[in-house]
Amino acid sequence: MATRPPPRRRDWSWRSQAFRGLVYQVLAAAVIGVALWFLASNTVDNMRARGIQSGFGFLVQPAGFDIGESLIPYDALDQNWKAFLVGVLNTLRVAFVGIVLATGLGTLLGIGRFSRNAIVRGLCYGYVELFRNIPVLLQLLVWYLFFTDILPPISEPFTLGGMIYLSKAGFSFPVPVWGLGQALAAAGAAVCLPIAWYYRRWAIRQFELTARVRSVFLVPVAIVFAGSILGWIAGGAPTAWNYPAPGAFSMEGGASATPEFLGVLLGLVLYTSAFIAEVVRAGIASVAHGQVEAAGSLGLARGQTMRLVILPQALRVIIPPITSQYLNLTKNSSLAVAIGYPDVVSIATTALNNTGRAVECITIIMLVYLTTSLSTAGFMNWYNNRSAIKER
Amino acid sequence: MSVASVFQPIAARPAPVRTQGLVPWMRANLFGDWRSSLTTVVVALAAIALLPGMVNWGIFHAVFRPDLGGCQTARGTGACWGVIAEKYRLIILGRYPFGEQWRPVLATLMLMGLLGVSCTRRFWKPWLAPLWAVVMAAYFVLMRGGLGGLTPVPTDLWGGLPLTIMLATLGIVLAFPIAVLVALGRRSGLPAIRSMCIVYVELVRGVPLISVLFMASFLFPLFMPMGKSPDVLLRVLVGITLFAAAYLAETVRGGLQAVPKGQVEAAATLGLTYWQTQRKIVLPQALAIVVPAVMNNFIAIFKDTSLVTIVSLYELTGSLGLALNSDADWRPYKLEGYFFIAAIYFAFCFAMSRYSLWIEKQVSVSRTR
Amino acid sequence: MTAGKPLALASVLAAALLAAAPAQAGKTLDAIKARGQLVCGVHTGLAGFSAADAQGNWSGLDVDVCRAIAAAVLGDGGKVKFVPLTAQQRFTALQSGEIDILSRNTTWTLSRDASLGVFFIGTTYYDGQGFMVPVKSKVKSAKQMKGATVCVQSGTTTEKNMTDFSRANKLDLKPVVFEKIEAATGAYFSGRCTAFTTDASGLASVRNKEAKNPAEHVILPELISKEPLGPAVRRGDDEWFTIAKWVVFGLIESEEYGITQANVEKLMNESQDPVVMRITGKSEDMGKLLGLDRDWMVRAIKAVGNYGEIFERNVGPKTALNLPRGVNAQWNKGGLMYAPPVR
Repeated sequence: MATRPPPRRRDWSWRSQAFRGLVYQVLAAAVIGVALWFLASNTVDNMRARGIQSGFGFLVQPAGFDIGESLIPYDALDQNWKAFLVGVLNTLRVAFVGIVLATGLGTLLGIGRFSRNAIVRGLCYGYVELFRNIPVLLQLLVWYLFFTDILPPISEPFTLGGMIYLSKAGFSFPVPVWGLGQALAAAGAAVCLPIAWYYRRWAIRQFELTARVRSVFLVPVAIVFAGSILGWIAGGAPTAWNYPAPGAFSMEGGASATPEFLGVLLGLVLYTSAFIAEVVRAGIASVAHGQVEAAGSLGLARGQTMRLVILPQALRVIIPPITSQYLNLTKNSSLAVAIGYPDVVSIATTALNNTGRAVECITIIMLVYLTTSLSTAGFMNWYNNRSAIKER
Repeated sequence: MSVASVFQPIAARPAPVRTQGLVPWMRANLFGDWRSSLTTVVVALAAIALLPGMVNWGIFHAVFRPDLGGCQTARGTGACWGVIAEKYRLIILGRYPFGEQWRPVLATLMLMGLLGVSCTRRFWKPWLAPLWAVVMAAYFVLMRGGLGGLTPVPTDLWGGLPLTIMLATLGIVLAFPIAVLVALGRRSGLPAIRSMCIVYVELVRGVPLISVLFMASFLFPLFMPMGKSPDVLLRVLVGITLFAAAYLAETVRGGLQAVPKGQVEAAATLGLTYWQTQRKIVLPQALAIVVPAVMNNFIAIFKDTSLVTIVSLYELTGSLGLALNSDADWRPYKLEGYFFIAAIYFAFCFAMSRYSLWIEKQVSVSRTR
Repeated sequence: MTAGKPLALASVLAAALLAAAPAQAGKTLDAIKARGQLVCGVHTGLAGFSAADAQGNWSGLDVDVCRAIAAAVLGDGGKVKFVPLTAQQRFTALQSGEIDILSRNTTWTLSRDASLGVFFIGTTYYDGQGFMVPVKSKVKSAKQMKGATVCVQSGTTTEKNMTDFSRANKLDLKPVVFEKIEAATGAYFSGRCTAFTTDASGLASVRNKEAKNPAEHVILPELISKEPLGPAVRRGDDEWFTIAKWVVFGLIESEEYGITQANVEKLMNESQDPVVMRITGKSEDMGKLLGLDRDWMVRAIKAVGNYGEIFERNVGPKTALNLPRGVNAQWNKGGLMYAPPVR
């Protein structure tokens, strides 16, 4: 086949690459189209033949079922969409807390792989290999079994000074009684947050101009803290706490995390942190050794070298893979359905059964995760662009 | 001249610090500085506090024989490994008819042997493909029966470790060609094909496996003409395959991107067509690069098969539930059961990850040459 | 022809899709006869209703109903394939034609009849939802369980009934919902929940078959709902609906007229009772009206016995479940079992 100059006009012959490409595309689109049409028409036929009702109208009908735990006030008479919202919020809650904890634990484990101490290195290695090679579902089941089988019953819980309780009902802890003081403290913190942010930017700029080191972490934190203390004092410095106490069937008062939530959280965090540790380790390993030596010759201590020299550079390598770990954690939270945590999958299957809208309910599940995945990926891409090397 | 010119020997240099052997190693790695020493001491104390209890629970006070009374007296102080001795056939092989259980064992050993052969470089020869076809045919004949005097066993009785291995292996093997096509499609210059591939990959990677399994289990029958729906095992296998293909496609795409552009250009100057270029030039190089990553995909799918228990297939995790949930006597020893199957999963996944590391080294050696 | 490869591939794909395309699904009865097997959806494991032993042999009340229908239709009560289904899978399995009949202690409700594409053929067990608690919790009435946690299996009418009961009595019950019944009962037995709720028959089954010591658990007296459990068939096949319905009625009426597994042969030859003669096909050929043959009911009874025998064998007082006949007795013995006449 001799090479020919690219045709200037559309060449309707099989030897034209453009034409062949067009044919392939039309064919592929047709095959996919036919397949989708086949599936869709079957579905419609099947549903019509058996009088299955469809449509998203059920979302505005009363749900009629209770949900064990909810972040927002929810009542069984509320509409189905609100039940779904409760499920979505439960999913996001476990995913968010899980991501924060897994990042912290994973980073520590990843750094631990470079420790001078052989025991620390060995433990971190053992942890990573153990936890990432066992299915996360199995880990969830084991933790749930631990919380429900091994912990004492509600009538005789483990307790720390009557303030914190651990039992089959979960982990109960005291919370401050919400009042004016707490509201003002929150308001104070909110007001001081921009001030702290501004100070931080100013301190960084001053450092770049004058090389005078100012704390860019402790002082801003102190500013926010001071704001909330001031607000609290202005509100009359209330000290009332709501303590949990074992009741007949449940812990009364205080706040508590159910065994279902704890089981999902612990399982996801321990599993994902093993992967994050590997990501962090690879990131650190990717920083050239000369950097460490240079930092040493400047007289930086090991901790400082890690914090100021290695981690900022490793971060650029770490962010893309860690994003997919965050997404995995979020998606894995759907396994909560196996241990009774009312996440969006669990709510959707309940709604599916009450209403029979199988297609719609599973579509909603998929849309929720797609949205979460795409927005998390979007945020991390934005952060990645921000922290990527800006070459002059 | 002064007396200084009188010969005076300088002091002998100290012997070089020993850097070999146990003691120097410990000095460097356990007691390097005060923080390291403190850590060592704390960990040692923790080990002294915790280990004896764990060892006693797991070994010395444990009951190894299927002795219910012994387990009940040991409860709290010792593990009851007897539950494994009592139930291991149900846990490992699920509900497969008792008298026929040699069949899944043989079939699975065959499949694992084939996997082992496929993982050995020496056997990467053209005859591997027909061998796969033959072994898979033999596998299904053995499992399903109905041929050569074997009693038929319906797929809903398949379970345990054979099902886990079968789902993972078939899932990844069937996903592979799809993944290669999708990866090529995603890098293709044809906009319609490229966008279809992107939509597929991103759609599948954006949703959890469990929603795909729900779809396979609950919805798939609605998508099919009335009464024509394949059985649930096949549907789940299709779900796992399509799910694995999306992840695998991204892995393969990474390999394709690593092939230098000059290779494609060189192929073009030789007058090779698109498919010739891909088949003879690009794919062999790209796939060699991605073998370790494919192995990691395989590990992920192997672990993910545990999810099919949620749609009521009794693979390893599910068959443990089957074995213990309905038996009130042994149910309290579920933790031991979980440890047992966790050990099985760990053994498989750890071995595969070691293999993946080894092959990675092999590949990098061949690339630096 | 390397360029033709994707083309070939595409056409193979299309062909594969089309090959799977409809060979216009025939009537259910014809399909069953052609297959030589009735496909029956049952519970994944609820002792007394449908449970498989280690050899994969199914037994239970729901299972026997399927056997009776298979005997009536195919002439052999053994020609049934049982498909174990979870609560979520059951309706789609029926809707999609994966099973011919769903006999899985399913509650007959308006919304299911009207919107799920299924028709219930009758009631084989009148039940009501109850609660089970450990004896040592000292709960004597469901109304004492204020703020309690209750384990439930997802995908049933149970969650809604419990919510209604909780609201009506201001109990603030907290459900913990599990996907599978094993997980729900497992959590209850481990002590995670104060109570476990499902239909009373299900409670008896769980208590007597799965509890380590049944005496440690008590089923509370309150029944908080009506749960008529019965088999269902797919919409759109009236003939099949009629057949399934009348086999069930026939089983009930056989009990009323004393036709049993043991004496059916004898009665068929000797009885002069016009009702018995009709049921056994001695006088009129009722089977013909259904598209079956004369002996349809005789075979069904020979296979599994009449309704009373099925009940006694699987869930009655002599079994481990030890359920009283109660409202499930014949109408003339104070119960609700009232079959329209086979006439």
